Order: sequence, then structure tokens, then C-alpha cells
Amino acid sequence: MERIPILKMGDFLLVTIQVDLYDQLAENLESDLINTINKHNSRGVLIDISAVSIIDSFMGRILGNIAVMAKIMDAQTVVVGMQPAVAITLVELGLSLNGVISALNVEKGMDLLRAKMYNGDNEGQIDDNDDE
Amino acid sequence: MITTTNKEEIAIIKEQDVVPMRNRVRDYGVKVGMSILNQTKLITAASELVRNLLKYGGGGRVIVEEVTNGRDKGVRLTFIDNGPGIVNIELAMKDGYSTGKSLGLGLPGTKRLVNEFDIKTEMGVGTTVTIIKWKNG
Ligand SMILES: Nc1ncnc2c1ncn2[C@@H]1O[C@H](COP(=O)(O)OP(=O)(O)OP(=O)(O)O)[C@@H](O)[C@H]1O
Ligand SMILES: [Mg+2]
Repeated sequence: MERIPILKMGDFLLVTIQVDLYDQLAENLESDLINTINKHNSRGVLIDISAVSIIDSFMGRILGNIAVMAKIMDAQTVVVGMQPAVAITLVELGLSLNGVISALNVEKGMDLLRAKMYNGDNEGQIDDNDDE
Repeated sequence: MITTTNKEEIAIIKEQDVVPMRNRVRDYGVKVGMSILNQTKLITAASELVRNLLKYGGGGRVIVEEVTNGRDKGVRLTFIDNGPGIVNIELAMKDGYSTGKSLGLGLPGTKRLVNEFDIKTEMGVGTTVTIIKWKNG
């Protein structure tokens, strides 16, 4: 079964999605991530979607689920590199990725995760798109 | 009047048929010269409708067409299933209505993403959804 690799980087996990997601692959990613967070006690998850050219309601929901599950396990999720066309399309579709924090690129995403870890939750100016 | 300049049919029986279908739709979008944004909207709409076709319609087929109305080129997609049909189309077209414990965004969201949207359904016979995205639409 095809799976998306999950890289451990210290307290964080890095997932780079290089292929267009289909349902089974997205579902596997969700369960693999939850297991990996659990195994390593990870504090943050960075999901790089810069190579993803379409996100529909199902995949959007999976991203949301990952963020919610990770949060329950005390890990923050940051989605990085969403293509502008994908972002615009999601809005028009009507899917608001509530609870999913986004950043421009992996580096900025890392900064955001670190800031969240060391400043505690909901502090600092970079995470103002965190709530609702 | 809309005329078809190129046409093909893709069978959708299982989830694995979805990605190749999306790629084929992209090929057509590229061929008519659609912007990345319009391609993305079209493919996302196709993805929603093909999911409905599999989930509620039990599979079916998609007709992909390159069309022109004289002024503009576009891509027309027709999703045909022989499933149970939709009990109440008006409800089904509302944001947030779902019989599948889902978000209920597929149909209304798809309508927002394309230029033309038509849905026909008959109980016990099936559902056909037709959309058009124009190159400059
Ligand atoms: N091809 C179809 N055959 C039968 N019923 C359908 C079909 N497509 C949609 N429906 C019905 O219309 C409802 C609304 O569809 P829509 O795609 O908007 O939402 P959903 O599939 O339930 O949720 P989402 O697409 O957000 O995951 C569905 O819940 C289902 O009852
Ligand atoms: Mg749907």
C-alpha cells in the first residue's frame, strides 16, 4: 500500500506531500501521523503541501482532522506552501480550514511551531490566525 | 450553441479511477488554454462530483468534452450514475445538507466553482450532473 513518508526532526514531524492525494492515501496519512505523534511524543507537525495541486472537501477534512487529533495529543499542526489557486478554490468551495494554521513555507512554518512551543499557546503575533 | 470538438468517456468503478480522471480533466483544461486557477476550480469540482458518483451512485462514467460556444472554449464534464437518485434536489443543493454524515459542500460548492451546472435525477434510475467551465469564465 502506498504511503506518504513521515520524517522525524527533533520534536517535530515533517510530511512533504509530493503526489496528488486520493482518499486511501489521505486516510493512511491521518492514521500514520497519529501513531507517529504518539510514538515520539512529537510537539509539532509540519505538512508541506506546496506540490499539491488540488484539495477537495474530503482532503480538506482530513487536514482538519489531523490538526484536531494532533491538538488532542498536544501537538500543533502547521500546513505550509498552499498554492494560491488551491486556497482560492477552497474558499469558493466553502471549506474553511478551521483550526488549521498555515505558513508560507517550511522555514516560516518551523518558526511558527517553535514560537508556539516556547511561548505557549496563542501568544505572539505570528499565530493570529490560530483561533476559529 | 455549444459544439463539441473533442470527446472521451472514462469509466469510474473504484477509487483508483479518480486520479487518472482528474489528470485527464487537467489535460483538457490545458488544451483549451485555461489558467491554473480555472483548471484548479474545474478539477476540484470534478473531484467532488466523482466522489458523489462513487459514494452515492455506486460508480458510473464521466464524459469529458472540449467545447466551444463560438466566443470561448471550455471543458464540459458529465457525471452519469445509475444509482438510487437524489430524493430532494433542492435540499441536496443546500450548503451543509448531507445524508452521508459529511459536510454537504460537494454540490453547492461545485456549482460555485463552475460556469454552468445542471443536475437531473430520477428515483431508481440515476443521477446525471453536467458542468461547464469556460476558459475565460
Ligand atoms: N450521485 C448521487 N446519487 C445519489 N445521491 C446523491 C448523489 N450526489 C449527491 N447525492 C445526495 O446529495 C447530498 C448532498 O451532496 P453533497 O456532495 O453536496 O454533500 P455530501 O457528499 O453529503 O458531503 P461532501 O460532498 O461535503 O463530502 C448527499 O448527501 C446525497 O444524499
Ligand atoms: Mg459530496
